[in-house]
Formats: sequence, structure tokens, C-alpha cells
Amino acid sequence: MTQKTVLNDAHRRLGAKMVDFGGWDMPLHYGSQIEEHHAVRRDCGMFDVSHMCAVDVSGPDAKAFLLRLIANNVDKLTLPGKALYSAMLNEAGGVVDDLIVYYVCDGQYRIVINAGTAEKDLAWMAARLADWQREAPYAVAIMPRRSGENALAIIAVQGPNARARVWQVLPETRAASEALKPFFSVTVGDYFVATTGYTGEDGFEITLPASHAEKLWQALFAAGVRPIGLGARDTLRLEAGMNLYGQDMDETVSPLDAGLAWTIDLVAQRDFVGKAALLARPQQKQFLGLVLLDKGVLRAHQKVATAQGAGEITSGTYSPTLQQSIALARLPLGVAIGDTVTVEIRDKLLSARVVKPCFVRHGKSLA
Amino acid sequence: MNVPSHLKYTKSHEWVHAESDGTITVGITEHAQDLLGDLVFIDLPEIGKELAAEQEAAVVESVKAAADVYAPVAGTVTEVNEELADAPELVNQNAYASWLFKMKPGNCGDLDALLDAAAYISISAE
Repeated sequence: MTQKTVLNDAHRRLGAKMVDFGGWDMPLHYGSQIEEHHAVRRDCGMFDVSHMCAVDVSGPDAKAFLLRLIANNVDKLTLPGKALYSAMLNEAGGVVDDLIVYYVCDGQYRIVINAGTAEKDLAWMAARLADWQREAPYAVAIMPRRSGENALAIIAVQGPNARARVWQVLPETRAASEALKPFFSVTVGDYFVATTGYTGEDGFEITLPASHAEKLWQALFAAGVRPIGLGARDTLRLEAGMNLYGQDMDETVSPLDAGLAWTIDLVAQRDFVGKAALLARPQQKQFLGLVLLDKGVLRAHQKVATAQGAGEITSGTYSPTLQQSIALARLPLGVAIGDTVTVEIRDKLLSARVVKPCFVRHGKSLA
Repeated sequence: MNVPSHLKYTKSHEWVHAESDGTITVGITEHAQDLLGDLVFIDLPEIGKELAAEQEAAVVESVKAAADVYAPVAGTVTEVNEELADAPELVNQNAYASWLFKMKPGNCGDLDALLDAAAYISISAE
């Protein structure tokens, strides 16, 4: 049975076209995916991302647990509210999931994990904790917050005008959130307001009690914030060069081959799950962007021919901002930015240019 | 569902208009464009190409997915709507005015096997 967020009825009332996404009944779009995409780049839009799972990790040994569990180094989280993007790896160095860790305060962290992988992730975290508790006492509580009495909802408001609209609707959050740098968070009453996102635009991700979500959604809608479906969420994240779990990486892919080396800390002395495997098997592929020079649309799994050998597209789409097709691809080492490569689309061989895997930031084309 | 009664249809969501000169004009239905969402690319067939019935003739791509458009009957492509190459969104705006290609059927009797509006509505409502 598909699961529903607390905003499911609100989406249906807005005429959303609903789809199954990782077992969740979610809005694909509310009319035009392309118009929604432009709304986020030019004004602002809101996304119901309550299907993602916030997990509170707390206790005196929460930090020690996360130092071992996560591939980036939570020692970097020295300022309260700071967020860190990273991944949980398996022993073979494959990606169990990508996630964001927020350092709330000492002994209190919040992790946000993907919708479709949440059950697997929680089982993984519980099993690692149980393993390590056999060696030494770990005082850690892991509390998922997606359902039940303490359920949370998450509404992302993104775009150049996102902050202004949020402050209009939630003026009490303004003082605390105005000075937030990117990738920080702050708690204001019932609202956990973070300057994180999945669009490459300014904005907030607001985590709040599920019971308050409908009211905030309606107030933002009344303030002119347009609802945005998962369709535009995908084109926005792809333009921003952000990975999608299950497509750009999974348990069989090394983060080093998926453009995630920057979120992996192999320098610090600490050990973490998957570290030995990554050290034993260095990077084999490069994760780069492609811009299609011919007409057509790049899609996942299309083959890429380069002078250095074969590669594969992991995510591809039509970019509404660039008005041409773009993709993220795993390419052989030695392929350089600016190279022209060939992509096989049906029976045709089309040309694409290799670029950095980030196409649009703050409304501006980088490609 | 907008399904004009003067057109014929296929179960794969093409509409077909029989012209007085014996050619047929082919597009995709409003229901098909709705399923696909915003179209961003259309790959049209080559003029003169001979197609078997139900052979892939064109490809329509939305932001979300690519879908094949099939020849409703066997025949030869006589004309393609070049306007769509630069403006695929016209199909979203008016699916029945935005034809993709025209064909000269090999056997005009083949048209009798196509669906009428009522039959198309019943199969696409399933």
C-alpha cells in the first residue's frame, strides 16, 4: 500500500497529478512541470518533502556513533545548527544512502534520509549500533520522526523570493533565520528552519510537527508561493548538479565514482564503515556533466563513447533553464572538461560537451 | 476526455484524420500528451520512409519520458510537421491541431480497423 504525507489531500485539492515515488503517493506536478521549474528559478515555490525521514540521534555518545557511521566527519560540526551532507556506506564502500546531518546541540543531531530507503537505513543504523554496543557501551537513541505521535513534516520553500515569503508567513522566524549562512539551521518554537535545499536556489527547508503542516502550506499558498511537484524537483536538482540516490549512486557504486568524494573524509584518523574498502579501491570513474549539442534528450543508462573508453549517463533530462538537454554521467578517468563525446540515443550518435557537473546556480547558467 | 468524433484512433494513443486526397494525418491524442506532460523534443520520421503498421514512426519526449509514436497503418511518410521541431509544446497546447506526420496508406481499407472515438474512450479509460 502506498503511503501518504499529511499534505496528500492538499495536493489533490490543488489538482496535482499524483505518482508513486518510492512507495509514497506524491505530486508529480500541479499542471506544468516546466512552469513550476521556472517559478523556483525566478520567484519561489514550495515542495512537500515529508516523505523524507527525519531521524533524531541523541545521547552522550551520539557523536561517537555518527563519527563511525557516516563517511564525512561530524567533527567538522562545531557550530550549533551546522549541516553536513554525506553518505552512509556499507563495508564494501557502496552507498547505503546519502543524507544531511544537522548538529542541533551537544548530544543532539538530526539526520534526514531518503523516502524510499528510510526503512533500510533505520535497520542499518540499528544494526551497527547493536554491533558496536557489544564492544563498548554506546548511549545513543535513534528516533525516526516520520510517523506516530511525534511525526514531523518537511516543507521546502526555494527560490530568490523564498526567504521573504517565509518571513511574511512566519514573522517569528525572521530574526533567527535572517543571518543563517548556507547549510545551517535554527530552531524557533515548533519550526526547525534550515538553509539547505535541492534546487541550487536560496531558501529554507522547514521541518515542523505534522499537525501544523497543512496550516503552513495554506498560508504559504495564500502568500503566493507556488506548489512544486517532484517532476520539477528532479530537473531543478539536476541543473544544480545534485545527486539522486538510486540513480546516480546506490549500494553497488563507490561514492568516489559518483562525485561524492568531497563528502567523504579519508584524511582524519577516525575509522568509519566503508573506509577500508575506499582506501583499497581508489576512484575508477569521473562524475561529470554533459550538455547535448544536438537535438534530443539525454536519459539515464544511455551509453557515452569517449576517446578514453565507455561511460554511462546516470541522470538525464531536458533543462528548462538552458533549454537543452543535460546529464550527469560516469566517465573514464582522463576525459576532460570541454571534450566532445558521443551519446547513443536510439539508433543515432549525438554529440555532447563535457562540463562540470553543475549547470545552474541562483538562476544563472554555468554551462 | 477530449476525443473529437470526426477522427479515428489507435490503442497506442495516436489520432488519425483521413484526408480527401487519400493521405492520413497522424498526431497524438490529448490523453497521450497529458500522460507525458510538457513535451520538449519530437523526433519526426524521414519523408519517403516506408512503415509497417504499428512500426515506430516518431518519438515524443517530455521532461519525464520518451514515448514512441507508431504508424497507425502500413504506408509511406509523405510530409512531417517541421514546426514542431522548434515548438514541441504546441502538442500540449492543442494535440488535435498539432499533427506529427502524414502518410499515404498502402491499403486504404486498413483504416477501417482503427478505433472510433467511443471505442478509444473506453480503452483509454481503463
